[in-house]
Amino acid sequence: MRQFVRAVSWVYALAVYGFIFLPVVVLVLFSLQSTSFPIPPFTGPSLRWYDAVLSDARLTSALVNSLMVAVLSSAAAVTLGFLSAWGFARFVLPGSGLLRGLITLPLTVSYLIIGMGLLVLFNWAGVPKSLLAAGIGHVVINLPLCFAIIYSQMGDHQINIERAARDLGAPEWKVLLLITVPVMAPAIFAGFFLSMTFSWDEFVISFLLTRFDTTLPVEIWNLLRSGLNPKTNAVGSLVFAVSIVLVVLFELTLLRRKPA
Amino acid sequence: MSSAGNTWRGPPRAGRALPWALVTPALGWTLLFFVLPFIAMGFSSLTAHEGGGFTLVNYSQFFTNPSYWQAMVNSLQVTAIVTVVSVLLAYPFAWILAEQVPERWQRLALMLAVLPFWTSYVVRSYSWLLVLAQNGVINRVLTGSGLTSEPLQLANTRLATVTGFVHFFVMLLTLTIFANLKQLSPSYRKAAADLGAGPVRTFLHVVLPLTLPGIMVGAFLTFVLCIGDYITPQILGGNNELLMPQLVMMQIGRRGDFPLASALSIILMAVVSIAYLACARWLKIERA
Repeated sequence: MRQFVRAVSWVYALAVYGFIFLPVVVLVLFSLQSTSFPIPPFTGPSLRWYDAVLSDARLTSALVNSLMVAVLSSAAAVTLGFLSAWGFARFVLPGSGLLRGLITLPLTVSYLIIGMGLLVLFNWAGVPKSLLAAGIGHVVINLPLCFAIIYSQMGDHQINIERAARDLGAPEWKVLLLITVPVMAPAIFAGFFLSMTFSWDEFVISFLLTRFDTTLPVEIWNLLRSGLNPKTNAVGSLVFAVSIVLVVLFELTLLRRKPA
Repeated sequence: MSSAGNTWRGPPRAGRALPWALVTPALGWTLLFFVLPFIAMGFSSLTAHEGGGFTLVNYSQFFTNPSYWQAMVNSLQVTAIVTVVSVLLAYPFAWILAEQVPERWQRLALMLAVLPFWTSYVVRSYSWLLVLAQNGVINRVLTGSGLTSEPLQLANTRLATVTGFVHFFVMLLTLTIFANLKQLSPSYRKAAADLGAGPVRTFLHVVLPLTLPGIMVGAFLTFVLCIGDYITPQILGGNNELLMPQLVMMQIGRRGDFPLASALSIILMAVVSIAYLACARWLKIERA
């Protein structure tokens, strides 16, 4: 019986792994295709399409835009999230529960609806479509996330350290910058990193709120209009590679922190 | 922060202004760029595309135009299928990872299982298109081996949409269910075994009921993310059968009809809220 369960488990697990990896393997394999269709039979390997991607000015500028929006919007989200988390965790404010609920509310609404709302508002207020508009949308989706992560990590332990600093005569801004920020660094880092990945991958808000200068997912979307194309495979594989490197770095830094 | 002794009323030197200065930027941002857009959308949904005063024409259109109504039915059907299939696929998989894989390989096994999660969302749907297209991998294998004489229509179908969604949500649910199974204290299982239950009975009467709330949370997350997604149905399902997000985007893209798009978004959100209330109630009963 045990043996049987074990055998069935192996087969099942391999089948699910197969299902999970099938599209990714096909994507990467046919990005190395030498002919102009990413379909069997496989001819290659060739780096021709990677070359085409890196020399495509639209794609490279979209990549720079994406990075810029991701870094700036995450920095804004984590700053707003940290300050408000500190305020709510350290001081008794009237209606605190309700106000915290308000900050986390956007987590429950789909990106499409957040993007639609901003589109209607900006359209009405005469704000033109731009990367800035998309960045504002990214802060809206990431602020509740940063707030929730950082707020959940503010414990009594940190309160005591802050109290000690105040007793020793540190003014508020010094307590904040020299005590709270370093102590909360792991949570701040986690919030920033998660925001970066969400912003980097976000499509629908950027699609609705940008026009000429746009982000990488929207530019990849535009490539899809030309049907199956090895160039799309190559961009996709590159994005995948960058994400994997980021995830591995994240894992390594977390693992290194653990023993401390 | 639960016990009263830990709730600390602020440093004596700081006035009441400091705490408000800390929380106001975040609150202001949320009010300005989340609440206000929502109000604007609400107003917009009550106007006609052609102009004029307040009207309910956009909402009545949804209930009278069968193709709009159909989009909601399609969305609910696809979401229900995706949620059920994903849970049924992910649960045994998470169980195998948690129970059958040796402890020291578990982290690696789990990381591998969610690796494609980190590809771009648009790219993930596109890569399923490579697999399912008329001249894609599956059809080449089928015709090449003589199983079918003509390529099957796999892309631009509901099956393709469901496959793309299930792929994403199996990874998400595996993560949450795995975490749930690992949190279960082994003493529950020991107690069941001591009382004479076999592995099957232990699973059905102890492990499964204890992980059920976690599954419900995962299933609800699947529901919310799936019903609001535009990319997967647009890339994989094509325009043969419209889902709600596609219908919303169509109003903006082709006709610039913001009022109708706003009304459809609000209806979509109302459906999600109703699901949330139903789910929250069910979960509370489960915990009691």
